[in-house]
Amino acid sequence: MFYSPVRTNAAQVARDDKLHLFQHVDNPEQHKLSTFEARGGYGAWKKVLGSMAPDQVIEEVKKSGLRGRGGAGFPTGMKWGFIPKASPKPRYLCCNADESEPGTCKDRVLMERDPHAIIEGMAIGAYAIGCKVMFIYIRGEFGHCIDRMEAAREEAYQGGHLGKNIHGSGFDLEMIVHTGGGAYICGEETALLNSLEGERGQSRMRPPFPAIEGLYACPTIVNNVESLAAVPHIINRGADWYRTLGTEKSTGSKLFSLSGHVKRPGNYEVELGFSLKKLIYDPEYGNGILGDNKLKGVIPGGASTPFLTPDMIDINLDYESLAAAGSMLGSGAVIVFNENTCIVWVIKKLIHFFRHESCGKCTPCREGTGWLEKMINRIEGGQGKPGDIEKITEVCGNILGRTICPLGDAAVMPIQSAIKRWPEEWQYHIDHGKCQVETQFEFR
Amino acid sequence: MILTEESIRSMQEKARQYPRRKSAVLPALTIAYRQVGHLDDQIYQEISEAIDIPVVEIAGAASFYTMFPKQPVGKYLIQVCHNISCALLGADSLVAYLEEKLGIKKGESTKDNLFTLITVECLGSCATAPMMQINQDYYENLTRERVDLILDDLRGRDSA
Repeated sequence: MFYSPVRTNAAQVARDDKLHLFQHVDNPEQHKLSTFEARGGYGAWKKVLGSMAPDQVIEEVKKSGLRGRGGAGFPTGMKWGFIPKASPKPRYLCCNADESEPGTCKDRVLMERDPHAIIEGMAIGAYAIGCKVMFIYIRGEFGHCIDRMEAAREEAYQGGHLGKNIHGSGFDLEMIVHTGGGAYICGEETALLNSLEGERGQSRMRPPFPAIEGLYACPTIVNNVESLAAVPHIINRGADWYRTLGTEKSTGSKLFSLSGHVKRPGNYEVELGFSLKKLIYDPEYGNGILGDNKLKGVIPGGASTPFLTPDMIDINLDYESLAAAGSMLGSGAVIVFNENTCIVWVIKKLIHFFRHESCGKCTPCREGTGWLEKMINRIEGGQGKPGDIEKITEVCGNILGRTICPLGDAAVMPIQSAIKRWPEEWQYHIDHGKCQVETQFEFR
Repeated sequence: MILTEESIRSMQEKARQYPRRKSAVLPALTIAYRQVGHLDDQIYQEISEAIDIPVVEIAGAASFYTMFPKQPVGKYLIQVCHNISCALLGADSLVAYLEEKLGIKKGESTKDNLFTLITVECLGSCATAPMMQINQDYYENLTRERVDLILDDLRGRDSA
């Protein structure tokens, strides 16, 4: 069985009384049901089934302040509360494991190394909303995660944690592992639901929101892997305990994927409100910039979030602080680049991704990302013309806020931010037909 | 018939799990892809018969999803991530190195049809960059030395 070599801070998390998501992820046996149970696994699930009404579960999660860890940061308990109580239709819960925002590689670790923690969180969420069939939508390339989740599902049935009349409670719950086909857009919840129905993964107009009409036009909740994995801990130790982690408005802990020009890339669990500077420079985390070069910029929350310059990195990693700095916490993917990186080259890489991943449903995104890629490639290739920057800015303005789903915004935000933060570099490119800094990264 | 009985059985088993059978389209495509290595019209037809969904629905969905090659590829499909985190650690030079080692350009297959080389979007291996996926397997933290070993191993496996 494949085991990702990615670095985590599991040892450090295990010494900490508060951090919890990564507590056992470096144990090579943790994915097995017996190991998981021996450490109290499925205890929260039994507690919920034995002693809590669905509304109590929703209230506890609301009180915890847990916000969605996939990128949008919407309060999880509030989302669950949107399921119409009177609806006679079946309800569905879908765990979003279509992890594919460039820079993000955290959910994968949980699936590979602690799959039962996800199933337990999903089951509790399903119980809270009255769902009898729950899904996990895993991106197709993650063959090893798919195999792991399938095996864990099988064990969970055998252990009596899924199926009919679970632990004598009278509650029935089935689980289906669903696999995607390599489309970033399927991480957007309405596109995910279309894809799960066997359609092309294109997003849907909202309203109606999935909580009212989602999968098979029934009330549906879509939650990120990491959000659901936090739920059993909230049930076990209580919302009040969870609130002692993080900041007042950004409670709990969060997984950050640190990549790019750092000496110790990896996935790190820290409390929300943790210092970005510390994450990059502390020897226990990033340990500084690769080759001791100077820092040029940071993408703090995945490829779609606006840049931070070195003077801005003395900032706390929480939803409010990053919003105040004009960026976003996003999925927690921190991408670091050094002074030898041309910003136009970075944008060329990013816009290529978003153009490729645009689902093609709405015109501003489908056409706009194509135009942007052509213009940016031209500038990067030394063929930029006066007026290009203004034209790019105009196209960005015609995409932002004018598309059905957030992919259009995601494509535009880093471009706008790169032009704002490094205007002279764009100008240099157009005036001189080449990069101000020579970008040439050789693999070892 | 291209699909094996085993593939068809697992497609049908998957289709029975879902509240609505059409949801099994993507899993069925995945099962076919894992067996054959690519998808084409004949395979869509066989999937259609296996899970009783019109062939146009199968082909329509398949055309959207880029993970499935739509024509035959080499025995080993090498997919190099070229997105930002990998690019910062030399993904472009990794592609160039593979092109040189294999004597082909990106998008091509070797003459013996053993290897096909393509670039793909982020594979969620950002903190273990640069990386490549060969068929189902991830190869991470790549260096020149490791790439040499991996290619030699695959070549050896094939001649053994």
